[in-house]
Amino acid sequence: MSVVAVRGLHKSYAGKAAVSDLTFSVESGEILGLIGPNGAGKSTTIKVVLDFMKPDSGEVEVFGHRMNESDKDRIGYLPEEKGLYKNLATIDLILYLATLKGMDKATAEKEANELLRRTGMLESRKKKIKELSKGMAQVVQLIVTIIHSPELIILDEPFSGLDPVNTDLMKQIVGTLRDEGKAIILSTHQMNNVEELCDSVLMIDKGRSVLYGGLRETRERFREHSVQVEVDGEPGELTGVVDRKSSSGAVELILAPDASPQSILDQLRDRGLSIRRFEITTPSLNDIFLRIAGQTHA
Amino acid sequence: MHKTTLMFKHEFLVTIRRVGFIIMTLIVPALALLGIGILALTSNVAEPSMPGLTSIGVVDEVGIFDGQTAQGFVRLVPFASKEEATAALARSQIEEYIVIPADHISSGTVQRYTLEKELSTSPVKVAMIKSFLTWNLLEGDVPPEIITLVVSPLNLEATRITETGEPAAEQNSIGNVVIPAVFALLLSLALMLGSMSLINGLGEEKESRLIEVLFSSVSVRQLLIAKVLALGIAGLLQVLVWLISMPLLLNLASSVLGGALGDIQIPSGFLVLGVVYFVLGYLLFAVLSIGIGAISPNAREGSQLSMIYTMASFIPLWFASLLVAFPNSPIWVVLSVLPITSPVQVMLRLGVSDIPVWQILVSIGALVASIIAGLFVSTKLFRMQMLMYGKRPSLAEIARSLKNA
Repeated sequence: MSVVAVRGLHKSYAGKAAVSDLTFSVESGEILGLIGPNGAGKSTTIKVVLDFMKPDSGEVEVFGHRMNESDKDRIGYLPEEKGLYKNLATIDLILYLATLKGMDKATAEKEANELLRRTGMLESRKKKIKELSKGMAQVVQLIVTIIHSPELIILDEPFSGLDPVNTDLMKQIVGTLRDEGKAIILSTHQMNNVEELCDSVLMIDKGRSVLYGGLRETRERFREHSVQVEVDGEPGELTGVVDRKSSSGAVELILAPDASPQSILDQLRDRGLSIRRFEITTPSLNDIFLRIAGQTHA
Repeated sequence: MHKTTLMFKHEFLVTIRRVGFIIMTLIVPALALLGIGILALTSNVAEPSMPGLTSIGVVDEVGIFDGQTAQGFVRLVPFASKEEATAALARSQIEEYIVIPADHISSGTVQRYTLEKELSTSPVKVAMIKSFLTWNLLEGDVPPEIITLVVSPLNLEATRITETGEPAAEQNSIGNVVIPAVFALLLSLALMLGSMSLINGLGEEKESRLIEVLFSSVSVRQLLIAKVLALGIAGLLQVLVWLISMPLLLNLASSVLGGALGDIQIPSGFLVLGVVYFVLGYLLFAVLSIGIGAISPNAREGSQLSMIYTMASFIPLWFASLLVAFPNSPIWVVLSVLPITSPVQVMLRLGVSDIPVWQILVSIGALVASIIAGLFVSTKLFRMQMLMYGKRPSLAEIARSLKNA
């Protein structure tokens, strides 16, 4: 059973479609990257999944059924804009929101202290939210999102505005949550984070799904038939290479359809060249998105 | 229920810890204390003294007003002509003068001349001139005690009785108006401040997207119940502080004024109706504020929009003096039934006149109906519009929200 299953979702505002015919699912222990440009429909999709708004048509199931109030305690949500009660002490805020998720206060306090310790914020537990740096407040928001150990976690732009240290900390936490079997939807327009963390990807553009599948399979599907090489000397003519592009010391060799990277590597070795780098070209998600967006907008 | 209680507790504590709430709660008794202090200070500093003897000139063109020239603290000085009187006025020998024209007996006119800038002649001087004229006209023809009776103000002793002829427990007195009027004023303030507090809270949660975190944990219904109740109880607490301090302050003021406020009474049914209208008024303004908070992109715009109904609640206070002068006008019935104005209007009317039971019932019924309708509309707007950011929806969008929610 999928933790989230969305089929044929359609939602419009004032007659203008925000999301059209969207289908995807998220399983336990999976991070789904929800990517797309601003205004693509990511936030609308999240709001419908969270039952903040009803779809015009289509089905949305969470934990195998239409969402009900009791399901809310099994979900953690970190919104795009990070809003907290600024005048509350950090620990009071965490405890208040944790108890709203059904936790008893004693357990919530124990968990809060543990998470604050893990994130290096235990000493700031008495500080008011307004006294925290933006990065620290964002970590608090993540703690609030995960303190009740939800089975489904929805993170909307969790890394925006974070410094590298806090970004790395957040990534570690998200990775750990996936390892613990949580289903995670990670909405972002920062493709590099999706590449680093996600198992699958749903790319939305203008409310429509333009790409959906496992990250590895997706990259494989969009892989150029080429290799990147850095060698001492000139590789010369190679059998199976139909074109080549040079950039900053490396050469990208475009292969003929029947040529294999292994045959190219063998040829370079046979010529006695010292190979510093040999890499099968894999397109970044950004490249894939630009390619798809180019096709869509053409 | 547990989540509603948690949210109620949180919202209540946040509300009563707001600096604005604390200041408003304490400022009313503090200002009253200050006023009493100033009153006590000035009454001690300014020794009561008899007014000095005043000279007023009289130009009598009729020729019969020459007696009774000592009227209390006023001495009337005769002059043969206006020119002489004006010259004496210029020399400050007199403070002013009057001319009794030759046709006074038929016209009743008296002309008064003064160097002072004033809006109108003081009632004391009018009474004094009237007394001077009356004494001169009637002396010799009418017994002095009758003249005294004629020139003295009417000593009317009014007693309110029951249908059996017994004196009513609640007697008519201007003092009866004091507590309902003060309560009505405080109620208006509390309604306005409560509305603004709720809208500000919603605005902050909307602007910071905290509302999304709350929506992901509790239902819209739980959220609304907690907010409305917290605001209502906080408001009740505020009014309770004011009401508890009111009798103490009145006693204090009365002792400062030498018992002048001793005839203040609480009208019958005031306490019960006061609580009923306070609670219903608060609920109505809370549901309206939720709707306004939902459609407003931020707290500032929400506060501006809320002025429409918070200012309307002050209408009865603007016309309170007319209510005292014309207590039976139909306009007061309309304002007593109109839900926005009824809580304050009924409180004011309780101090001035009796309100028929049917009017109270219609008024409460209209309030309850508007609260239910307001809750229905506001909940729909809240559900549909709280997650819309950036701009205020058009009327068409609001109508669509009401249809689709």
